[in-house]
Amino acid sequence: MLIRRGSEIPSSEITPESVYLDRRKFMGAAAAGAATALIPGSLAACEADAAQAAQEELTPYEDVTQYNNFYEFGVDKEDPARNAKNFRTRPWSVAVEGHVAKPATYDLEDFLRPHKLEDRVYRLRCVEGWSMVIPWRGFPLRDLINRVQPTSNAKYVEFVTLHDPRQMPGQRAGILAWPYNEGLRLDEAMHPLTLLVTGLYGRDLPNQNGAPLRLVVPWKYGFKSIKSIVKIRFVEQQPKTSWMKAAPDEYGFYANVNPNVDHPRWSQKKERRIGEFRRRDTLMFNGYTEVASLYSGMDLRRYF
Amino acid sequence: MFLKAALWVACLAPALWLTHGALTDGLGANPIEKITLVTGKAALTILIVTLAVTPIRRVSGWNRIIQLRRPLGLFAFFYVVLHLLTYVTLDLYFDFAAVGEDILKRPYITVGFAAFLLLVPLAITSTKGWIRRLGKRWQALHSLVYVASVLAIIHFLWKTKADFREVGVYASVLGVLLLSRVPGWYTRRRMRALRPNAQRVQT
Repeated sequence: MLIRRGSEIPSSEITPESVYLDRRKFMGAAAAGAATALIPGSLAACEADAAQAAQEELTPYEDVTQYNNFYEFGVDKEDPARNAKNFRTRPWSVAVEGHVAKPATYDLEDFLRPHKLEDRVYRLRCVEGWSMVIPWRGFPLRDLINRVQPTSNAKYVEFVTLHDPRQMPGQRAGILAWPYNEGLRLDEAMHPLTLLVTGLYGRDLPNQNGAPLRLVVPWKYGFKSIKSIVKIRFVEQQPKTSWMKAAPDEYGFYANVNPNVDHPRWSQKKERRIGEFRRRDTLMFNGYTEVASLYSGMDLRRYF
Repeated sequence: MFLKAALWVACLAPALWLTHGALTDGLGANPIEKITLVTGKAALTILIVTLAVTPIRRVSGWNRIIQLRRPLGLFAFFYVVLHLLTYVTLDLYFDFAAVGEDILKRPYITVGFAAFLLLVPLAITSTKGWIRRLGKRWQALHSLVYVASVLAIIHFLWKTKADFREVGVYASVLGVLLLSRVPGWYTRRRMRALRPNAQRVQT
């Protein structure tokens, strides 16, 4: 297991697809070898190969898919995997609305067709103080934005999750303001790190991870990365999100990972990487410091 | 005897389940969080059951149940200690600076820790010897359990991010148990007021 100090970790860890696929092949071979004792060593060698791209050990598929916050399917971590089993993700449509040249409602296949999917390994830091390293499959949100052509009035992008209480038991209780919504400033949405995601570990997204379409914004707390999206709206005013409505003094619009700004109820200085015992230091912007220029001149204590 | 055996089985179940899970990698992706949650809920549940003993006895007239009160209280304390130890050792790995900062800066931890402190003297003075030595004052000291239980609920409430249904259930049950004691307190106060001399003789 590699534990590195913040300063040694390169700011971005976009894994080239070839390296990622090699790594998967390697892991597959190791697993096929089935000698469990071999695996730690093999992984270490594998890490060395991929050192340039992703230094950190991937969180096991099982943990990524069994430990989820997806309140539409229940508030306990094991609930989504259990309760989302029969969630229907086809047919699925995505509406693009608001200040865009081409508003439209797409069938998911049409929505995805023009985009080339790529694999990227990102850290995911939950506001609760745990983190994972996940190989996502998706495409940059900016590609979609360029395709639908927002007008000059579009300052923010708002995302909305499906509202279907019959399928989503959590929506039958007043846990949050349903449907769940999130938002990004347009320049955040245009940042090359921001992904629309349809898969992980090279497969389709499991339902509990936000199938069939979710957002991943790796420098923000996980709740910004909204799941099971049905609506993408280009708006002029900053949207008020479900979590901002639930607790405005605890969850801000920006929600950038920031070890220097505590959640009012707990510290954000450290995090527990799933699978590790000791907590590790939380990194500014979750280590993706290339996004810092988006916030130059902003008081991040105020705009938390 | 059967009653006490059943109590031991029921109260040890969460600890045994956790031990089994820890040995078989069965505590999920975040075992430390799981242990913290299970010990915390076990502590609060058993504490509330402890507070149900006296009202149940009064309503049902089933006097034998009173023998369960002390072991229940001690089991509640056992899980409180496990909960605290999990946090200090497994979670923060003996980072006492962080523990101190949490206790001072995070209200839900402040009240949780206060509840623990209040329960310490109650656990210590739960023996027959202490009951005899403290006499009437034992009862007064042990009414701290009411304060501790309310603090424990606040600890749970302030930890909750969304979905207040579960903490609501715990709070409602505790509320009923505390309210059920109000008429008794009131009557005893009236009695004391009516018999000032008797009171003086007793103390």
